[in-house]
Amino acid sequence: MMNEKLLVVKDLSVIYKTDEAIVHAVNKINFDIGRKETIGLVGETGAGKTTTALAIMQLLPERTGRITEGEILFKGENLLKKSKNEMRMIRGERMSMIFQDPMTSLNPIVTVGDQIRESLDIHNHDKKNKIELEARVDELLKLVGIQPRRKSEYPHQFSGGMKQRVVIAMALACNPELLIADEPTTALDVTIQAQVLALMAELKEQLGTSMIMITHDLGVVAQTCDKVAIMYAGEIVEQGTARDIFEGEKHHPYTLGLFGSIPDLEVETRRLNPIDGLMPDPTDLPPGCKFHPRCKSCMEICKHKQPEPHSFGNHIIVCHLYAKEV
Amino acid sequence: MNMNSITEITTTPIKKKYKKKSRFGEIWKRMKKNRIAMLGLAIFSVIVLCTVFADMIVPYSVALEQNIGDRLQPPSAAHWFGTDAYGRDIFARVIHGTRNSLVMGIGAVVVGISLGGVFGAAAGYYGGIVDTLIMRVMDTIMCIPFMLLALAIVAALGPGLVNVLIALMLSMVPYYTRVIRSAILTVTGQDFIEAAKACGTPDRYIILKHILPNAIGPVIVQATMSVGTMIIWAAAMSFLGMGIQPPTPEWGSMLSEGKDYMLSSPHLVIFPGMAIVLTALSINLLGDGLRDALDPRLKD
Amino acid sequence: MSKYIVKRVLIVFPTLLAIIFIVFGIMSLTPGDPARMMLGQQASPEAVARVNHELGFDRPFIIRYGDYVVKLLEGDMGNSYRTGRPVFNEIISRLPTTAKLASAAILLAVMIGVPLGILSAVKQYSLYDITGTAAAMLMASIPGFWFGLMAILLFALKLGWLPSNGSDTWVHYILPAITLAIPVSASLLRLTRTTMLETIRQDYVRTARAKGQTEKKVIFHHALKNALLPVVTVAGLEFGGLLGGVVTIETVFSINGVGTLIIDAIRMKDVPQVTGCAIFLAFLFMMVMLIVDILYAYIDPRIRARYQKV
Repeated sequence: MMNEKLLVVKDLSVIYKTDEAIVHAVNKINFDIGRKETIGLVGETGAGKTTTALAIMQLLPERTGRITEGEILFKGENLLKKSKNEMRMIRGERMSMIFQDPMTSLNPIVTVGDQIRESLDIHNHDKKNKIELEARVDELLKLVGIQPRRKSEYPHQFSGGMKQRVVIAMALACNPELLIADEPTTALDVTIQAQVLALMAELKEQLGTSMIMITHDLGVVAQTCDKVAIMYAGEIVEQGTARDIFEGEKHHPYTLGLFGSIPDLEVETRRLNPIDGLMPDPTDLPPGCKFHPRCKSCMEICKHKQPEPHSFGNHIIVCHLYAKEV
Repeated sequence: MNMNSITEITTTPIKKKYKKKSRFGEIWKRMKKNRIAMLGLAIFSVIVLCTVFADMIVPYSVALEQNIGDRLQPPSAAHWFGTDAYGRDIFARVIHGTRNSLVMGIGAVVVGISLGGVFGAAAGYYGGIVDTLIMRVMDTIMCIPFMLLALAIVAALGPGLVNVLIALMLSMVPYYTRVIRSAILTVTGQDFIEAAKACGTPDRYIILKHILPNAIGPVIVQATMSVGTMIIWAAAMSFLGMGIQPPTPEWGSMLSEGKDYMLSSPHLVIFPGMAIVLTALSINLLGDGLRDALDPRLKD
Repeated sequence: MSKYIVKRVLIVFPTLLAIIFIVFGIMSLTPGDPARMMLGQQASPEAVARVNHELGFDRPFIIRYGDYVVKLLEGDMGNSYRTGRPVFNEIISRLPTTAKLASAAILLAVMIGVPLGILSAVKQYSLYDITGTAAAMLMASIPGFWFGLMAILLFALKLGWLPSNGSDTWVHYILPAITLAIPVSASLLRLTRTTMLETIRQDYVRTARAKGQTEKKVIFHHALKNALLPVVTVAGLEFGGLLGGVVTIETVFSINGVGTLIIDAIRMKDVPQVTGCAIFLAFLFMMVMLIVDILYAYIDPRIRARYQKV
């Protein structure tokens, strides 16, 4: 059972190279997902969450983005060794992605029905005819709660939440084994957010898909994820089961900071407790632990030595604080 | 309380100055990396120097002096670019023609942009009926092809440098109004303008201090590019006999005079034409570099 | 869709009235006496005053404008001061030449500029892209009339391959059409490249890649159609520039078209002829923009939708 990991990411590093600087967007991260599991990638904007997702899909911007080391094993096969065409056949069929902004993720001059059918067309191994494909489009639209007769409409005729449903239908078209959702609800109203999340959870259950949920919203994580990985400045600083993260006693100081910035209704406080300072400049990362300039528990060693991961069962924390306990 | 307000007054201007400098410094830094843009700047600087020191390079009288015995001479040591049908030195005429071209090109753009700026700013900032009215009129004018409008104005006013200048600049007003309006609309949509309005900042102050500095980038790029275009159109006007009249040295009218002798004395049309191309090219390269420097987004 | 077309066509009429007003207004600023222009310098002041009154030149501007518009509806643009013949007939007799030249040029410009622009964008920073954009930059800096002169010098006078003037056969159109097309194709190349580069970065293009779509289809099906929207509009606007260019290029190649007609009329201070030509060319440009707008609505559902609900 343990070997049946759907996706294993090993020592993955990604850089963006521009004229002006090299951005170390993701630095040696490790995580894995089993079948039907959902992992949450949590962190601030710029922590490298989306880059990780794009690296898995191999959709990094061609000119600038580059994977410098590591492996991405999908059902045991290293995706980085696949040819462009092999990777293309995996994308959309065996793994697919829901992007952050539904407003811009749909082609404005193609009907939504045609955009959903496109995935089916590309991966049409059974040589289904047009009528069969259209029937599948209807079925998918129903699945996400849109009336099939609206398939001949254009994206601008849909609201944000409805557009995201279309995007979800598109991603699920070929029954992928892995679904990557990149902040699927950030661009939506709060009430719509809840609807979309509920829909995704329901569909995931129904279809047995594994999922990577990228978000900066811990509430979303609590609702949907089995496992959680906390990212900071391109590294995973803590990961474990949702129970470890939400109820465990040991935490990375950054995780504590994240929880500290959520208002607690039961405790009366005058103001929120944000983490002081800003995310470091990814072109010029600090030595030692990347978090040390903002860390309340910073020690001398943190300023020059990169901390090792410390495991407590499946719960891993990358912090010098836990060095003595192991 | 008192102390506070004093420190605020003294710190604000310093902060502003610093910010401005760093912004232009940043653009300049990016420009410097763009070798092609720097080439444009270098050529353009040489052309401007030629205008300023024209009389030191070769006296104006040489450009007008006719010498029938020396007519249609090919380029030589005495006449670098040869002589024309009246025996005038083409090099001198090309050098002294620079000023007319630059004056017309830059003049038309500067005045045109100021007028367009007033209309565009009013339309973009006030919106509503003002916007509709101004833009309706401008859109209508734009239905008349630019060159045709300019020609009609010159036809009514009569030929000459000033009239060509007026014609070019008036014909460009609708285009600049458009550019400036859209630049302003992009900025006014942003939150910091709302914030300034909410603070009760007077309109005039918002336009001058907040909107213009932020909207100016695309306008400068557009202006630079259109100086090149204006120089070409002005030359075309003179070529058609509508612009500056001979014997005043002007590149377009030199081409017009030279085209009848083109086969036997091609230097009559080659050198003035090259002067136009070089000037327009240097300005276009500069404008292109500016655009890239202002909008690095397009480069990644 | 049909509602949109009807609305768009209806806008043409008030715009045309306004254009006539502007052109007529500018031209009435011309100094000099219309009757004097017709009768010549020797005519007596009484004769001039009589003709001015007979032809209604002493009436207020707005009346003359109204009169002009009413007559225009019957295809009457007045008579040329110079030849005495109807302005309208003169324009119509010269129109085929100019129309052939302008449409050949715009077709050529689109056929050269757009594909090269796409190639430049798809292969950004390649050697092809660098030379392509550099050449476009150079071409945009060359005045059309000078390019025309150089083309005549090389291909007509030195090599003798092509005729240098006139419009008798299609061979005569080769040099002027290319001359007119080159600056337009240069600007279309640059525009296509820019919009294509912007479109390639759009989220929906990434979505298409995420579906596993082939790169070819991503470019041609998703990116190209969206990128071409602004190109279509600008190609229409460039046609206006081209109509202006026609004036100089026809002069360079001694072609008897509407362009040379207007230049001769300006030289002779033939006010009705200039007015008529300017209005006619502006009308031609408006018709092209009308077609462009309808085409645009045909491609872009968002434009169509704006008019469907009303």
